[in-house]
Amino acid sequence: MASTNVRAALLSVVFLVLFLGIWEFGTQVIAPQENLSEYEMLMGGADEEARVPPPSEIIQHAIYELSDPFYDRGSNDKGIGTQLAYSIYRVLTGFIGAMAIALPVGFLIGMSPLMYKALNPYIQVLRPISPLAWMPLALFIIQDSEKSAIFVIFICSIWPMLLNTAFGVANVREDWVNVARTHELSPVRTAITVILPAAAPTILTGMRISIGIAWLVIVAAEMLVGGTGIGYYVWNEWNNLDLASVIFSILMIGVVGMLLDLALGKAQSLVEYKE
Amino acid sequence: MSKSFLEVDGLSKVYPDGQGGELTVFEDIRFALEKGEFVCIIGHSGCGKSTILNVMAGLDEATTGNIVMNAKEVIGPSLDRGVVFQNYSLLPWKTTLNNIVFAVRARWPKWSKEQVREHSERYLKMVGLDHALDRKPSQLSGGMRQRVSIARAFATQPELLLLDEPFGALDALTRGVIQDELVKIWEETHQTVFMITHDVDEAILLSDRIFLMSNGPHARIAESVKVNIPRPRARATIFQNPAYHKTRDYLVDFLINRSGSALPDEDGKPRVIDPSDVASATEASKPETSAKAVNA
Repeated sequence: MASTNVRAALLSVVFLVLFLGIWEFGTQVIAPQENLSEYEMLMGGADEEARVPPPSEIIQHAIYELSDPFYDRGSNDKGIGTQLAYSIYRVLTGFIGAMAIALPVGFLIGMSPLMYKALNPYIQVLRPISPLAWMPLALFIIQDSEKSAIFVIFICSIWPMLLNTAFGVANVREDWVNVARTHELSPVRTAITVILPAAAPTILTGMRISIGIAWLVIVAAEMLVGGTGIGYYVWNEWNNLDLASVIFSILMIGVVGMLLDLALGKAQSLVEYKE
Repeated sequence: MSKSFLEVDGLSKVYPDGQGGELTVFEDIRFALEKGEFVCIIGHSGCGKSTILNVMAGLDEATTGNIVMNAKEVIGPSLDRGVVFQNYSLLPWKTTLNNIVFAVRARWPKWSKEQVREHSERYLKMVGLDHALDRKPSQLSGGMRQRVSIARAFATQPELLLLDEPFGALDALTRGVIQDELVKIWEETHQTVFMITHDVDEAILLSDRIFLMSNGPHARIAESVKVNIPRPRARATIFQNPAYHKTRDYLVDFLINRSGSALPDEDGKPRVIDPSDVASATEASKPETSAKAVNA
């Protein structure tokens, strides 16, 4: 008997083949029954274009794009790799900025019930705001679309990290804190050698949620600000009515999102401990 | 007045009882420990033993009273007072060795890496765990974890060791083995130890003196029972000593019949008892009570 993994992989392939097969045959070009009218000819005989492209075409397009992912032929024609790199750069910059604020503040809130009570109302009001709602204000204050996009990433990734850090720090087992106390560790050393490792798995969970949200938001943010990035690319290809590119870039968004999550997941498994 | 190594004076703990009133768990706790003594404290659940120990550790605060160790008042936790918790309290992300290294480094920050490691390994060897240096606590059995915890406490060489029912969560066989190990380490180091236990045999095996607590609320340390059994003691042979049975009978009698009403001496200090003297008295009273029972 094959193991569950092998059987699951086989089943996955079967689903993929079925899905692509149905898609492929469902989007065959229908040969025009009668001659096109003059008007239809004028409109470009658009029947062939007015359909979702079949997978074969998308695979061809993917091979073409991925064979030279970093080309640059002017501001409206950059390779998919370049566009993704812009998006990743923005996400990471905003994410790291958020980390720099969320981790220390989370520690503070987690360790001090007073600070928790004082800051909690603000967090509860600010947290549910859609990050894109900040965009106009950010554009007005920062006056730079690139930085505004980074700010939007910053603001959306800060909350899960902040709350998880606070939660993780506040819920460190009292026994472990007592161990630090009986060994006369200073507050700073206690924070670094006991509380940080004890709360690390919870903190990493927050970071993982944050990077997921950041990657969701960057696409929308770049559709708004334009210029570069995978969000802009998708919208631009839609304006070009190049659906193969649109579908291909949707797939790439998924793949990169998965890789980001895998990276954080790996980091999480490094700090995980069993009691 | 000659001062003892550690003096506990008039300790009490009062909690709000949740209905606007107050609940005095224990009160006027007075006792002294001499350097190098091994003292166990026994009492029914709820008499506040653990709270007393936590106050001595500096992890909890008493409502009244104070503790003086080495002519210095005990305020807050200190490396001079090591604690072994019932649930081991090992840091689960550190290996066995690093759990000890963590403590040794805190104790002697100026030591070199090699010195710290060598010292830590020596104490792990004492508890027979030198083969498990690189394992995480989650990969150890309960008994092994408690050994690491004991090694950690001894390795920092505190002036006073506080053990909060260290074997409470272990099965009887493992408990016996670790008791023997504890006796061995203690005989090597002669650290002053104050330990909570529920186990009368354990207390007799380990202690020089046994404190008996009356029941809470308003619990007191009523009696201090001497254990007149020569060391070295071993679990396998201790019951052959006649003093063992006298002591055991005395303790069991206290816990079953007298812990509800027992009071310390007039001056608040525990009544000093030597069971080899008293035992004859209780034995003498026994036929009388049984005769009464028959008559009734």
